[in-house]
Parts: sequence; structure tokens; C-alpha cells
Amino acid sequence: MTLHLAVEIDGDGDHPEAWRRATHPPRELLTPRRVARVAAIAENAGFTLVTLDDEVLPPAGVAGRVGAIERAAFVAASTSVLAVAPVVSTTYAEPFHVSSQLATLDHLSAGRAGWVVSASADAAAARAWGRPQVPAEGLGNEARDAMTVVVDLWDSWEDDAVIRDVTTSRYLDRDRLHYIDFTGDTFAVKGPAIVPRPPQGRPVVFAPPALIDAGVNADVALVSRPTRATAAARTFVEVEIALDTADATAEARIAALGGWPNTDRQRYTGTAAGLVAWLAAVHGQVDGVRLHALVLDEDLAVLSSLVVPSLLEAGVVARPLPGATLRTTLGLPRPVSRFAAPSTLAEVR
Amino acid sequence: MTDPTDTPYPAAQLHFGVFFQGVNHWTIWSDPTSGSQIDPASYRRVAQTAERGLFDAFFLGEGLRLREVDGRVHDLDIAGRPDAITQLAALAAVTDRIGLVSTSNTTFNEPVDLAHRLSSLDLLSDGRAGWNVVTTDNAWTGANFRRGGYLDHADRYVRAEQFLTVARAMWDSWDDDAIAATRQAQSWADRSAISPVRVRSTQFDVEIVPTLPRSPQGHPVIFQAGDSGEGRDFAARNADVIFSAHGTDFDDALAFATDVRARLRAAGRPDDDIRILPGTEIIIGDTEAEAQEKLHWVRRGQVTPRTALTIAGLVWNRDLSDRDADGPLPAEDPIVAENDGSFGSRRTKDPYAVVRSWREQAEANHWTLREAVIALGPQRGHVGTPSGLADRFAHFVRHGAVDGFNVSPYIIPDGLDDIVDKLVPELQERGVYRTAYAGTTLREHLGLRPPLTHRAADRRRAG
Repeated sequence: MTLHLAVEIDGDGDHPEAWRRATHPPRELLTPRRVARVAAIAENAGFTLVTLDDEVLPPAGVAGRVGAIERAAFVAASTSVLAVAPVVSTTYAEPFHVSSQLATLDHLSAGRAGWVVSASADAAAARAWGRPQVPAEGLGNEARDAMTVVVDLWDSWEDDAVIRDVTTSRYLDRDRLHYIDFTGDTFAVKGPAIVPRPPQGRPVVFAPPALIDAGVNADVALVSRPTRATAAARTFVEVEIALDTADATAEARIAALGGWPNTDRQRYTGTAAGLVAWLAAVHGQVDGVRLHALVLDEDLAVLSSLVVPSLLEAGVVARPLPGATLRTTLGLPRPVSRFAAPSTLAEVR
Repeated sequence: MTDPTDTPYPAAQLHFGVFFQGVNHWTIWSDPTSGSQIDPASYRRVAQTAERGLFDAFFLGEGLRLREVDGRVHDLDIAGRPDAITQLAALAAVTDRIGLVSTSNTTFNEPVDLAHRLSSLDLLSDGRAGWNVVTTDNAWTGANFRRGGYLDHADRYVRAEQFLTVARAMWDSWDDDAIAATRQAQSWADRSAISPVRVRSTQFDVEIVPTLPRSPQGHPVIFQAGDSGEGRDFAARNADVIFSAHGTDFDDALAFATDVRARLRAAGRPDDDIRILPGTEIIIGDTEAEAQEKLHWVRRGQVTPRTALTIAGLVWNRDLSDRDADGPLPAEDPIVAENDGSFGSRRTKDPYAVVRSWREQAEANHWTLREAVIALGPQRGHVGTPSGLADRFAHFVRHGAVDGFNVSPYIIPDGLDDIVDKLVPELQERGVYRTAYAGTTLREHLGLRPPLTHRAADRRRAG
């Protein structure tokens, strides 16, 4: 199995001051042209996936952010093989809407959608939603319940629920549509979904270990150390990167932004060749990496011109195949709807 | 053809929107040319055809619960559709000019989320977003949402209006020069040029730091569809466009438009401040006879025998599924029942009177049950030749009865082709339809003034 490359493309980069080193003026950041251009670079380079960060609160550094689901839809329509996974918080959003939005994203990308599950700990998020704050110890349960509803709604239409049976005048087979009848601690959802089952059955769910521990059933764990997680089928490690460019070393670029405080993620600073070697070394320990660039315009350029071509040549990574879903690319099975009757399955087999 | 200078609005222009319905029996699915209701190619095809025809807008409805009859999912009609804003954001990438309008509910959404999504669509489309504001209050729909059926029916427009107030405050929160001009600036945005939104009202208690500037059109264009007096007054205070149900009969359309103009004046707005775009269906034939033949084909495709029994069942409030649609009307009396908000319970107010009238007309015309359902259902839409329809529409628009139509194709995705290829050229010849897009934003296409709150701000600055 090759190593899968993901890159987070929110804003101008991971550093709050990244906009100072961007190749465009600040007002360009929130335009469709910027979104499409970054996605095109990632797709052409050979990345498997882009992720798009989001939260109702202003990001650090830049004050503006276009919604991740809307950007993801725009990117899906502007690309052909690149997968796209918006960050969507589970704490206050309506699970019914989140499920519909992600199912729609999967339909309009022909199965290239993922979901990076997050939670909103900040009290300001509760004030913005106009809801009582979910305390820190409740975030995991809320995420688990929201995620359960989102996935059950995806499953609530069996794959073949649209029958278009002219002889009986029936468009739907209602026996293949299911009420989910979910009741959790803080809300209940009846179902079924309004969107037919997504092409992947379920878009690929990414989550950090803390939410997986709380009961979020993820396909891909987003971990901070390059060690395979046991609670998810696939493991991606989070890596912050700052690369030497033709004009400046990584160190000089970080210094010019006044430093870059460490987080619990992995971090690589240095040459493109060094990153190629580092990634070749983690290949085998994990299934993929999610890169967080110091400055997108600088680091993504180096990734696309030097790092990814070397990895492709060495066979460490592979381009996603045209027509492949994200599940197929990641080697994940397509889940059967949990509501599908076993007898139906036997007939299909 | 009448001389336009003899009409009240000689320079009036017709505006077209296309409504991709995604639900109900008006879209025929049984024909071999009927395409997918979920494949993005269908949406792209309709939007790009509409753009080729210089339409103002592509319009999507909203689904929050699958329709049910007698407690079971209704299985005869098309169903299963995308989330509107998500789908429209994708269409923004593959269209250049056409407006992108989402129907979104103020009851089962919160401003911080929905107003931001609409802003996102507006920026990704360079100012082509629209919002059809709808209200719902029933617990049946609420069963899919965190708060359930929390809202009293009487409060639905109260919440909608307060929602719009918060949304507009969010859309107005960034000064137009808030973002730094250069990378050398002290900060990315001048924080003093971004005003936090604090609202405490009966429906909202929120504190939001909005994260998006205004788009090239200022605000998303506000559509409204409610037809009650309350809905019309809400529109007169808030809307840019009314998606009305009064666009078939000329006198009915003119009466509605006259009523809206009076309400606009009462609300302190100029009486040309709203565009009235009734929903309609357009059936075109090269001759009148061909058009009538196509109408017959369309209606029989829409109202299959089983659909006829379902619709009659809603009038009678009885399960008629074992009857013969090609036989007589049911002999039983109707049953009067409560409306719980589900499709199957949207019943007639006075079923006895309706049934009596159906029986009288069916008897007089020798109609079967199915023929009665077709003949007595809502008579929506326009049928004719391209030149006949163009004359009729020119008459409607030059007499101030409508500003255009929001057209629902009866077949997806090819249902717009005749309108674009045959009707639009006839309208252009009569001088009532654009020959090129003049502007880039939806607000410009519709010829609308700046958003309402901007005018107030402009007046404050001037005063």
C-alpha cells in the first residue's frame, strides 16, 4: 500500500501570519479563484485529498473564512480525482443538515468526499449559535451522537431505493427507506434522509483520537505520532511542514514570521529532499499524512515541484486513479447500509 | 401585437428563473428521457441551459423530511435531492452569470450558520446568491431537528423576520475596506472595521463575530413565497423577489401585483422595489394543436392512475388505492381531519364543498376520476406556440402583472430546451427579453436597488 498524501488548504497556511508571505494580496484570499487555484495545484501534484478547516469563530490571523462545505463543493466541481474533506463540527450544528450536506458533497464529487469530525470547545461558539455551552466533558458524547445520526441517515436509503418502476407507478421502494429513530441524551432524529445514499455508501470519516475514544466511529484516525491507531481502519499522521524555498530557508521563513510555536503534531523543517526521506520512513508505519504548511503559497509550491514528484518516482505515493472513490483509493470497503435486510444481501450475492 | 407604447410599462423586461423541483408529481419520471434527480450532471445541464437562455436564476427547493401519506413515505413521486446550498456552491464553479437561489428555512436553522453559508455561496459565485426565505413550524418536520417542533405557528414569521435582522447585521458587519490592501499592513483586517453582531430578541440571543465581507451584490437577493396576508406583508417589508402562485390567469396576476404594490407603498418602499416571478410550467408546441397534445401527454405523465388515487385520497381523506382511477368518483362522503404538517395531511379546508363541486363537474363533463383530478387540479402554466406565448408574456409584463416567471420543467434535464431555443428568441424579437447579460450579479440581472439596510445606511450618511 502506498502512502496517501493529504494537505490542509484553509486560509494562507498554518501560521496565523502566513498571509504576509502569500503570493496574493489579502483581499484575494476569500475569492473563488484562490480556492480553485490551490485545489488545482494539489490535484495536479498528485495529492489524494485536501481538507478544509472550519469553525464559526474567526480563524487566528486572518479574520475571514468561506464555509468549508461550500468551498469543498466548489472544489469538487472544479477537480476530477482529488478527494475533499471539510471540517464540520458536531457540537451545535444540526446533524440532519450535516448529513445532507456531506451526502450531497459525495454525490457531486462522485464519491470523493470525506468528513473531518471536530468539536467546538470555545464558549464563544455557543454564544454565536445562541445555545447553552456544551461543557468540555460533554463534547465527546455530542460528537458521538451527531456522528451516529449523520451516518445512520446516510444508511437510511438503501443503495437501490430509487426503483422507477413504471409498471407499478412507484419511484421509490419504501421498504428500502428507513426511519432511523435515533434518541440520544440531547436530541432525537426521526429520518429518513432527504438525500439518497451517497456513492461511497458513507463518505470517509476522519477524526482525532480524542473523539474516537469518545465513541466516534472513524475510518481514519488523525494522530499526532507516526504510530498506527487500533481504533480505526486507517491512520494518518498530522505533520506541520516548513520547507526551504529557492529564496529562503525554512528557518529564515519561520523567523520572518516571528517564530512558530510548537504543537503536539509532528513537525518537519528543512529541505525538500529531507521531507521526502522522512515521508519514505513513515511509509509503512502509517497509511497517510496530513500536511499543514507554514505558508501554503510557498510550501505547496515546493511540495508540488519537488517533494511529491520524488515520492511518485520512488513509488512511495501513487496518484489517485480517475473514477476511483476516496474509499477505493484508501483501500476501504464500501459499507452496506446497516438497515439493509440480510435476505436482500444474500440475493445480491 | 399591441404597440408597447400603449401599455403601462412599455420598457418592461421579462425575467426567467428555473426551478429544479426535486419533489412532487409535476416532474415526470416515467419517460425514458427523464434523467437522474441526484446526479450532478442533471443540475449542471439545467443550469447551463438556463444560462445559455440568459435566465436570471437557477432555483432549488428545500426538503427537511420525506413526504408521507397515511404515515408512510410517499413512493409515487420523485424524491431524494441534494442539500441546496451545497449543490449551488458546486454550480458556482461551472456557471458564470446565472443567479443561484437556495430555499432555506428560518425555523430549523440558526443565523450564524445559514447566513454564513449564504455569504459563502455569494462570494464563491461573485455575487450571484439568492435566498428563498421559508418558514415551517410543525412538529412533524421538527422530528428531524434538535429542537423538535418548538415554534408556535403564530411565531413563524416573527422568527423569520428576526432571523433576517440577524442575517443582515452579519452581512453588513464588515466595512467594504476592512481587509488590508497589502501584505505589509499591520494586520490582515482592520478589526475596528468589523462590527460584532449582538442580538437579543424573543427568538435569538446571539453574539457573533462574522467572518465574511460583503459580496459584489451587497447581500444575497431575498426571495419570499408566502401567499397569506402575513406572508405578503413580510415580503413587502423584506423581500426583493416574490415567488408567487399567481401567474396563470392575467387578471389574477394583475390583482396580486396590484396588492403587492400597495403593500410596498405601505411599508415605505417604492412600488417597483420587488420583482414578482410566479412559479409556472411552460408547454410549447410548434402549432396550437401540438401544444394541446403535449399538454395532454404531460398531464397524464404527471397524474398516473395511482397518483390520481392518491390526490383524490387527500381530498376525500380516505384510502382510495384500491379504486379504479379510470372509473367514477368515489360515492362516499369525505372525512374531515387534522393537518399534522405531513404531505398526506395537507387537506382541503372544506372537503364536502370540494367533493360536491368535483362531482358536479365530473358528471357534466363525463370525467373519470383521473380525468377529474387532471382537470380540477391546480391549472398552472402556459401552453401554446412560441410566438403565441411570447405575445401573451409581453402582454403580462407590459401591463405590470408579472416581472417574469420561475419555470418548473416537467422533465429533467431536457425540459428547458424548448423554452431556451424557441421561446426566448421570440421574446427577444418583441424587445421584452435581454439579448446578453448586462451585469454579473443576480441583483443586477433583476434590476434591483441595493440591499434595504444599505439604503438606510446611505440615508444616514447623507443626512
